[in-house]
Amino acid sequence: MKNKILVCVGTSGLSAGADKVAENFETELKKINRLNDYKIVKTGDKGLFADVIVEIIDSKKTTYINVKPKDVEKIVESHIVNNELYKRRLANENYTNFFKNQERIVLKNCGVIDPEQIDDYLEQGGYEAVKKTLKSSQEYILKEVTDSGLKGRGGGGFLTGIKWGFAKKIENDTKYLICNADEGDPGAFMDRSILESDPHAVLEGMIIAGYTIGASFGYIYCRAEYPLAIKRLNIAIKQAKENGFLGENILNSGFSFNLKIKAGAGAFVCGEETALIGSIEGRRGRPKPRPPFPAVKGLFEKPTIINNVETLANIRHIINNGSKWFASKGTKDSTGTKVFALAGKIKNTGLVEVPMGTTIKELIYGPGGGLKNKRKKFKAVQLGGPSGGCLPESLIDTPIDFASINKTGAIMGSGGMIIMDQDTCMIDIAKYFLNFTVAESCGKCVPCRVGLKRMLEVLEAITDGKGTQEHIEFLKEMSPTIKETSLCGLGQTAPNPILTTLKYFPEEYDEHINQKKCRAKVCEKLLEFTVIPDKCTKCGLCFKACPTDALEWKKGEVAYINKDKCIECKACYGACNFDAIK
Amino acid sequence: MTNINSKTKSLINKHGTEKSALIPLLQDVQTEYEYVPKKAIDIIAKELSIFPVEIYGVLTFYSQFKLNKPGKHTIRVCQGTACHVMGGKVLLDNISSKLGISDGETTEDGLFSIERVACLGTCGIAPVIEIDGKFYGKVQLNEVDDILNQYRGTDEK
Repeated sequence: MKNKILVCVGTSGLSAGADKVAENFETELKKINRLNDYKIVKTGDKGLFADVIVEIIDSKKTTYINVKPKDVEKIVESHIVNNELYKRRLANENYTNFFKNQERIVLKNCGVIDPEQIDDYLEQGGYEAVKKTLKSSQEYILKEVTDSGLKGRGGGGFLTGIKWGFAKKIENDTKYLICNADEGDPGAFMDRSILESDPHAVLEGMIIAGYTIGASFGYIYCRAEYPLAIKRLNIAIKQAKENGFLGENILNSGFSFNLKIKAGAGAFVCGEETALIGSIEGRRGRPKPRPPFPAVKGLFEKPTIINNVETLANIRHIINNGSKWFASKGTKDSTGTKVFALAGKIKNTGLVEVPMGTTIKELIYGPGGGLKNKRKKFKAVQLGGPSGGCLPESLIDTPIDFASINKTGAIMGSGGMIIMDQDTCMIDIAKYFLNFTVAESCGKCVPCRVGLKRMLEVLEAITDGKGTQEHIEFLKEMSPTIKETSLCGLGQTAPNPILTTLKYFPEEYDEHINQKKCRAKVCEKLLEFTVIPDKCTKCGLCFKACPTDALEWKKGEVAYINKDKCIECKACYGACNFDAIK
Repeated sequence: MTNINSKTKSLINKHGTEKSALIPLLQDVQTEYEYVPKKAIDIIAKELSIFPVEIYGVLTFYSQFKLNKPGKHTIRVCQGTACHVMGGKVLLDNISSKLGISDGETTEDGLFSIERVACLGTCGIAPVIEIDGKFYGKVQLNEVDDILNQYRGTDEK
C-alpha cells in the first residue's frame, strides 16, 4: 500500500495556508524523487482548529499540527529523508486528548478522506448502505430508522422515522426530499464541516430517505456563505451520477433519484421549514402556519420531507450497522451521538462528537481542554444559538440529551456550544442575540417584529446605564407573550437568551441597573478606561494589545491610558490578567 | 461594460422563466455585476411576467443581495457568537472607523466596502474577517492596518 500524506484543507485550514502546504509537499517530494512513494490527500476539516494538520501514514501514523507552508521542507527532510520525527510540529498531548474522549460516527471520514474523490469514500464502505437499501423494502428501511430512535439533529428533535412515515403514507406521484443545509445559527459550523469533509455521506442519506418515502427528487438548500461546501457537493453529485448511485434507475433497482443544489441568499429564518420551501419556490422566505405540514403539503404543494445535514449523515450508519447498534448508543430517549461545535473562550475549538448523555462538563474539560485562559473564571456555556440559552457553572453537570437540556430553559439546538468566561457580560450576550433575531425576523407577525425590538431597546438602556427595575418587569412580562403568540420557531424561541440570563444571572442585571456597573467590563458606557495603580503589575500586556498607542507604559512602571488617543476598544481589558483596568 | 440586456437574457435562458428560478437567477446576475442593476431587474420582471416590486421584495429580504455597486474589495466581518465573545464587534467598529464607512457602505475611492455577516461558520478561528474570499482568523486589532494595506499596495487610487 502506498504511503499517504493527509493535509486538512477545510475553510479553517485554507485560512492558514493549507493548499500551499499540500503544494509544498508535492514540490519537496519531487525534489528528492519520492513523489511516487506518497499519495497526497487533501482532506476536509479534521475537527480541531489547529491551523494546518498534516498526517503522514507510512509504517505508522504521525500527526503534525500548526504546520506552516515553510515547515514542509523541514518535515520532508527530517521525517521522510532522515526517518526522524520533526519534533517542533509534532502533535501534543492536548491534540490526543481532543480525539480520545470522542465517539466519531458522523465525523468518521472527516479529515480522513479526500472529499473530492468518490473512490476514497468507497474505500471506507461508501454507498454500501444504498446498495443494501435498494435490495430491501421501503417498510424495512423505515422500521430500521424508526427503531434506531434517531431524532432530527437540526434542533427540532423530532423522530426522523416518524417524520418519514408521514410522507410515505401519502399517495402522490411527486414527493420531495430536502436537505436543510442552511446552517444559520451563529456559532454553529458542524454542517459546514460535514459537507466540506464528507459530502457523499449526506448524498447517501438523501438517496435512502428518497427511496423510503417515495421521492425521486431532492434539493440541498445550502447557505451561500459556504461556497466550499457547495463546490464539493457539486463534485460529489457529479461523481455519484457517474458511478450510478444517483440519476435514473440507480443500480438497476428501478428507483431514480435526482438532486439539485439551491444556494440560500442570507436569511436566517429560511432554516424554518415553511420559509425554506418559500425560498426554493422563489419567494421571500416567510413562514406559513402549520398545518398543513410540509410532509403533507410542502414544496410546490407536494409532500415534502426536510432533514438536517447531520441527521442525513447518520442514516447510512444506521442501515449498515442496524437500528439496535445505533439505539445502544446514547440514552434511552436520545440515541446515538451528537456533533457539537465548541468555540469561544475554550482551549480546543472545533468539532466534537460524543454519545448523547455526556455531560456538558465532560465535554468542556475533556475534548475541550478547559478554558483558553486558565487565569480566567468559567462563567457560562451558551447552547442552541439565538433560540437557546446561557447556562451557569452550577448546571454544567447536566447530561446532554433533548429532555435534560430543555428542562434548563436552553435547547439542544443544532449543536453550537460557546464557552464564556468572566470577561463575557451576560446582558451583552442577551442583547447580542436579540440584535440578531430582530434583524432576522421576517416581519410577518407583530409579537416577533415589534416585541423583540422593544425588548432590545430595554436591553440597550440597561447596558447604557439607563436601566430601571421596571425594565426587568417588562422583560419578564413580554418574553412569555412573544413565545406564546409568534407563528414560527424564530419568535417562539427568541426570548430564551433573555429568560435564561434573567434566571441564572440576575445579579448582573441588578449591578447594571442599580450600581451602573458591568462586572465583565464589556458595556463601554459603564467603564472609566483608567488603570487602577494598586492592581497593575506593570507587566505591559495592555500596552502590547493597544491598537492606537493610547496606552503608555515603560518597563517597571504602572500603565496609563491617554484619553485623547483612546478609542474605547477594550483591547486592554481583554489583555489584562489582573483586573487592573476599570 | 458588457451589455446588461443581452447578458441578463442569456442568464434567463439558462434558468428558465419559472418563478422558482428567480433567486438563482438574481444570484447569477450578482455574480456577474457584483450587484443587481436596475436594468436587469426590469428585464427579469418582463421575461418572468412578474412585477418589479416582487423582485425588489425578494432582493431586500435576503441579505446577500446588493442594489449598489460594492467597492473593489469587500471586507466581510463576522458577527457570530464566537466572534462576538472574542471581540468581533470591536473589530467591526475598528475597521469602520479606520475606513470611515459603516456596514453596507463603500469608501469614497471605491476600494473597500464593509459587510457584516451573521456567521461565517469558522468559529474556531474567531474573530474572523474575510476579504474577497480569503479568510483571516484570530484577527488582533493591531493587525488590521497590515491586512488592509495588502489590498491598498498596488491599487491605483
